[in-house]
Amino acid sequence: MVPERDPVKGTRVQMMMTCLCDAFFDDAAHAAWMCLQRAGREVVCPDGQTCCGQAAYTAGDWPAFRQVVRHVSRVFADPAPIVVASGSCAAALFHEAPMAFEGEPDLPAIQALARRTWELTDFLVNGLGMDRWGGRLDARIAIHNACHTRGTPTIGAVRTLLKSIDGVELAEVPDSDICCGFGGVFSVSHPHISTGMGRDKVANVLSVSPDCIVSADMSCLMHQRGIAEHQGQSYPVRHIAQVLRDANRGLA
Amino acid sequence: MSRQALDVFASTLDESVLQAIEVGARSGVDKRLATLTEDYEDPDMLRRLAGRLRQHALDHLDEYLANAEQRLTENGARVHFAGTTGRARDIILEILRRSGTRVVTKSKSMASEELDLTRVLQARGFEPLETDLGEFVVQLDDDHPSHIVKPIIHKNRRDVARSFERGGLGDYDDDPETITRRARAFMRSKFLEARATITGANFISAESGRIALVTNEGNARFGQAGADIHIVLAGIDKVIPRDRDLALLLSLLIRSATGQRMTSYIELVAGPRSADQPSGPREMHVIFMDANRSAIVGSEMAPILRCIRCGACMNTCPVYRKSSGHAYRGVYPGPMGTVLGPLLAEGGFGELSDLARASTLCGACADVCPVDIPLPELIARLRERSVREHVKQGQQGVPAMGLYALLAGHPRLWRLVMRLGRLLDWVPLRKLPAQLSRAWFDTRTLPRWRGGRFRRWLRGAGGDNHD
Repeated sequence: MVPERDPVKGTRVQMMMTCLCDAFFDDAAHAAWMCLQRAGREVVCPDGQTCCGQAAYTAGDWPAFRQVVRHVSRVFADPAPIVVASGSCAAALFHEAPMAFEGEPDLPAIQALARRTWELTDFLVNGLGMDRWGGRLDARIAIHNACHTRGTPTIGAVRTLLKSIDGVELAEVPDSDICCGFGGVFSVSHPHISTGMGRDKVANVLSVSPDCIVSADMSCLMHQRGIAEHQGQSYPVRHIAQVLRDANRGLA
Repeated sequence: MSRQALDVFASTLDESVLQAIEVGARSGVDKRLATLTEDYEDPDMLRRLAGRLRQHALDHLDEYLANAEQRLTENGARVHFAGTTGRARDIILEILRRSGTRVVTKSKSMASEELDLTRVLQARGFEPLETDLGEFVVQLDDDHPSHIVKPIIHKNRRDVARSFERGGLGDYDDDPETITRRARAFMRSKFLEARATITGANFISAESGRIALVTNEGNARFGQAGADIHIVLAGIDKVIPRDRDLALLLSLLIRSATGQRMTSYIELVAGPRSADQPSGPREMHVIFMDANRSAIVGSEMAPILRCIRCGACMNTCPVYRKSSGHAYRGVYPGPMGTVLGPLLAEGGFGELSDLARASTLCGACADVCPVDIPLPELIARLRERSVREHVKQGQQGVPAMGLYALLAGHPRLWRLVMRLGRLLDWVPLRKLPAQLSRAWFDTRTLPRWRGGRFRRWLRGAGGDNHD
């Protein structure tokens, strides 16, 4: 599912904050920026960026999807790696966009875009070769793997980085590979099933009493926390970048 | 903009139905994983290999179908081609009328569900008998299967005991052995009475004409032992190149379907009774049914025809588990049904095109598919088709993307909306009558809007802010 990526050259990276971080989770975007900087990158975050287009892909409106991806391709035209603060948005660009551009004249440009697009932790671990993040954070963490990162190196990368932080204890969530029912448009076209799946997920996550729930994707966490809070339960969610940044807080 | 039909159906289900499905599906998932990983070093490699094998068969379907026809004819079978389910029905009825039989035994076949065969035979004065225990209960209930391998996955044994009581097979008794014995006693006499039997086909070898039939109850074999006429109903997609391909395909089919290493019975039937084969039915008819399949073969949707009907995708699918097979309305439920259903629908693509919406595209199905069908991609392509062809069915609850795409293509407008979004915090969104808003807020909260804050911080941090 992940294309062969261009080798990382130079220190410059282009950060894609994602629309959800733009609208709701500014601190996650800030953390991603800090992590890249800490990894010795020169971070560029183009102000012309908007969204990856995934919503239009899942809705089936591919002309709209292509329109948005073309915008992404223009804004991130620089050959430097594009590092995305979300696994599903990254997959929209490296997996789904090439599919939706079959037969389009600019397919080669989109394939090139796909080859330089990375999810943040995948970039740190596999793009830069970091196998340790380090630092300290005393927390019992439940990982939520977004389904869009199935079969991608993100799943391993998140674990590798978290395990290298002193004080982090990973809580294994039962049925962790079952979808939480967000699914973008699905959450509003099938609210009953989506909520049912979300409640199962929340119950499974809370059954291991984590201090926080960590993911490379805020979208799933927004849905899960929305359900938990509606039921009167506390559901502290963190973007993986926030955990990484906080683990290094106070370090030089 | 209303909710999707499948979601509405799911919200009407009894807790006991959901519980039965959850238990049945989960045991399928667990057993499958256990046998595959115990037996093979790299099951994923085998799935990919089997996928290529099936795709190869589809890519050369004309050739392999012709070979299968020739072999079967040489073996003494009569081969029929049916373009539609209606034609397949007519062929079966004609054979049965000529046979003079009234009782017809039938083993489990999803192709026959496409014809609604049991009901059709009943209406025409025959006495069809479903001899697979699960399908027998479906017949007692005058229902449809809710799963392609476990037709009554939605029922627990108390439900089955009630079905038997209603069907006149004795007083209420929910002991599984009693239930099975009663079914067996009832079926034995029918097996002896029936002069014709109908089966499906799991695979048909183009090399030898051999038909592979997989059962756990031996009912397909009983049917043939008692009957003079054996009718095989198979989709044209069931053809495989060689006998030896069965080794790979049966190994994966059975492990994926029930988690067994081997079913109790695997039959290979090459033709009717002959000098070399002194037992079995005198006549064998093989009906290759197209019913919209050939239109799929040459399209980008072709990989769905690799499907070998194991049911692993539905077992693992959280949407299936929360909605039951009946929610999918057509013959095929679950992820494979969301693709095959709309494509095979005789009323046209629109009839079931909403099924393609019944997925979070989570990809669990693709991970377990024994023939490596990229189900989420196919589902996404069907959504694309329904939007492109302006198919109304299936657009319920799906927001239009035009305005979003427009904003996402215009950064200045986008940033403005990001800043203005803060006003949302002052709007009682949850109280809005709009369906879209209710669909979210009835069961979920939304975080506070913080649009544009990161961009503001960036400006201070000296990031790149030019357009």
